[in-house]
Amino acid sequence: MSAEPQTAPDGRDLIRLEHVSKRFGGVQALDDVAFDVKPGEVLCLAGENGCGKSTLIKVISGVHKPETGAVMRFDGAPMDDLTPARARALGIQVIWQDLALFPEMSVAENIAFEKNLGARLRLVDYGAMRREAAAILDRLGVDIDLDAPVKSLSIARRQLVAIARALVAKARLVFMDEPTASLSRAETKALLRIVRRLSEADIAVVFVSHRLAEVLDVSSRVTVLRDGRLVGTYPTRGMTQTKLTELMTGRTFGQEVHAPRTRSGTPVLAVEGLTRAGEYRDVSLAVMPGEIVGLIGRLGAGRTELALSLFGMTRPDAGTIRLEGRPLRMGSNRDAIAAGIGYVSEDRLSLGLVQPQSIGDNTVVTVLDRLVDDFGLLSPKKRRDLVADWIDRLKVKIGHPDDPVSTLSGGNQQRIVLAKWMATGPKLLILDSPTVGVDVGARAGIFEIVRELAAGGVAILLISDETPEVYFNADRIWHMRDGRLIEEFVPAETTLAAVEEAVHA
Amino acid sequence: MPETRSRRLPIGGVEGWLLVVIALIVAYLSIATDTFLTLVNVFDILNYSAVNVIFAAGLLVVLIAGGIDISFAVGASVVQYLAVTALGRIGGGDWALGIALSLVLGACLGAINAALIYHFRIISIVVTIATFNLFFGLLMFFTGGVSIYDLPDWLSSRVVLYDVETDLGWAEITLPVLVMVVTVFATWLLLRRTSLGRQLFAMGDNTEGARRLGINLGAMHYLAYGWLGACAGLAGLMQAHYAREVVPNALYGRELEVLAAVVLGGARLGGGRGTLFGAILGLALVSITQNGLNLLGVSPYAFRMIIGFVILVAISLSGETIGLVASRLRGPKAAGSVR
Repeated sequence: MSAEPQTAPDGRDLIRLEHVSKRFGGVQALDDVAFDVKPGEVLCLAGENGCGKSTLIKVISGVHKPETGAVMRFDGAPMDDLTPARARALGIQVIWQDLALFPEMSVAENIAFEKNLGARLRLVDYGAMRREAAAILDRLGVDIDLDAPVKSLSIARRQLVAIARALVAKARLVFMDEPTASLSRAETKALLRIVRRLSEADIAVVFVSHRLAEVLDVSSRVTVLRDGRLVGTYPTRGMTQTKLTELMTGRTFGQEVHAPRTRSGTPVLAVEGLTRAGEYRDVSLAVMPGEIVGLIGRLGAGRTELALSLFGMTRPDAGTIRLEGRPLRMGSNRDAIAAGIGYVSEDRLSLGLVQPQSIGDNTVVTVLDRLVDDFGLLSPKKRRDLVADWIDRLKVKIGHPDDPVSTLSGGNQQRIVLAKWMATGPKLLILDSPTVGVDVGARAGIFEIVRELAAGGVAILLISDETPEVYFNADRIWHMRDGRLIEEFVPAETTLAAVEEAVHA
Repeated sequence: MPETRSRRLPIGGVEGWLLVVIALIVAYLSIATDTFLTLVNVFDILNYSAVNVIFAAGLLVVLIAGGIDISFAVGASVVQYLAVTALGRIGGGDWALGIALSLVLGACLGAINAALIYHFRIISIVVTIATFNLFFGLLMFFTGGVSIYDLPDWLSSRVVLYDVETDLGWAEITLPVLVMVVTVFATWLLLRRTSLGRQLFAMGDNTEGARRLGINLGAMHYLAYGWLGACAGLAGLMQAHYAREVVPNALYGRELEVLAAVVLGGARLGGGRGTLFGAILGLALVSITQNGLNLLGVSPYAFRMIIGFVILVAISLSGETIGLVASRLRGPKAAGSVR
């Protein structure tokens, strides 16, 4: 940790917090935290999930009350008895990760919804709403159809709508919760341009994230929280993702490239000339037993679409898929599972797990037919043993196997998804963005499991938007663009910078 | 992220499809019968449907707010009984008093639903199935299932707003039609033109988002269920006026008929979407079909079966489903469990 905590620079504070603590039952969510933002400043608030970032935002936006002893000042005046409405009146706006927009309503109404608020019955002036929304979007320098329903917009544009809505309320301090999580590089750049505009208009912006590489260069300082405590506030000049990760986790992660290994024998997966109209074209690739092959590219390059075909969910128009040398024809993903293909989906929360069901049930759902007893009924003992075995092997921190999956952290949920597919004893495992929403610390644990699997002979196809994690974990990397595989990299023979350059060129 | 490609055909939304289906049925009935397209019959359909449209306007508000209500039709029966009994005690009353009493009593029943749903956090379908049984059970228990035939004169005598003599007799538009028009207009005003109506939409569209904006979700629940209750009370009064009697189980089962028609008209179960025009078209489809079956001399025992079938067909004819069917027919490749 070479960066020294920076003492508060002189000058007026927009907001200054000292001695802020918050307990929920027995959990100390915030412990004597100090936090300040200057007018028009762009600040990063960094920390792993559960470090207290969200609690801090909720204290500042009036959702939670801090414990007594907290000193909170906004523009020099004390902020006591803060409520969400009062916080908004002060000009504190939070853009939550889920954006909290109304998908069925028009862009204009979403932006100007403030006009509809309040308990008094008023007539709605759609004309005034449109004018206000148009003025704000104009100020942001973006062009969005005011009459389109928000559900028809891309995530990036929805985010702009949410920002515009925050500005309607005369914002002075805007929190953005994980704003870049679902944006492509180009969309992120556009967002950062907007943030600079806000900053120039003297509106302070606080980025809340655990993935900060791209926002480091627009912000002046970064405040790091860990386990509810303030680690420190540092200038971003000279800050790197690696250093930040160390500050956030309190650990160091050695990262090195896989040594190249030569492999022989029959490939587990061999794809020849696979094509599906509008999705991918003429894809040929092979994955050897025990090999991790990365698949990188921009959003919309066709990676997930290809994965869905390899998993039997969609049918290619042309080409062949061979599994261990035998041609594979799949009518559905049931055939894929039977043939020994596992798929960890991109959207873990909704597709990968049955959230309200127990950890145990989620783990065994793919192998129920193997858990029957002599009478063809589910055997509770077999189920118990299998669950215990996998939880042990994957080092999942859980309360009880009967607890719902939704009680686990993102990293542990992802381990359960892995367990679910590993229980089927797959020959090929397709991992689609396995670390989305998973903490930096927990990511390393997931890749440990993935490498262990590969060492055991499972072939792995790894799809990810995070080029570094592919670079450091894959044996070979294919770069996909516009539905085609355009080039192959071997991490041991090239640099990360070269691979990233190629993807984002 | 796989793109979601819309399969929607260029022809307009749910309303457009309903109009097409209704036009086909009207065209068929006009040719197949010589009584369907007459002023007497059309006015009859209007007079008969008024009660259902009033119900539908109220139910739409609850659906848009993200809830559902099964109890409103038996609630209307309760209001009929209470109102007519109370008015009888004070010597008969008049239209103004009758309407005011029905609105207030109905809104109170709605408020009971809202309170249970909001304060006890029980999902609306469970609450209203319970209150459906409760309202109906109390009504049957205290009335012993006995009907009231002795209505005040103002209530039982038909109020004709407009009439015209035709070859088939007098064609009349009666009071329920006016009440229907007023209710629909007031509901339209609430939903589309007032701040509170937009907050209702917001709550149904994204409850968490509405909460974070500081919308008073409790008040919105009372507004939505209270509005439906008031509409149901009014509909109950109109039904008593139309039938010239109060029969405790007269409206039993009407809730599903209205619910199906409103959902057919494009209201989304789950909230945030729905139009009055769609709801009215949904009801029109059902009413016209039923009327047509009558005129064609089809056995009344077959009505429900045929109407159920018509609703299924009409719902399948929405643009999205047609696209799906078309893509299946295009090639067996895309069939089965493959997306």
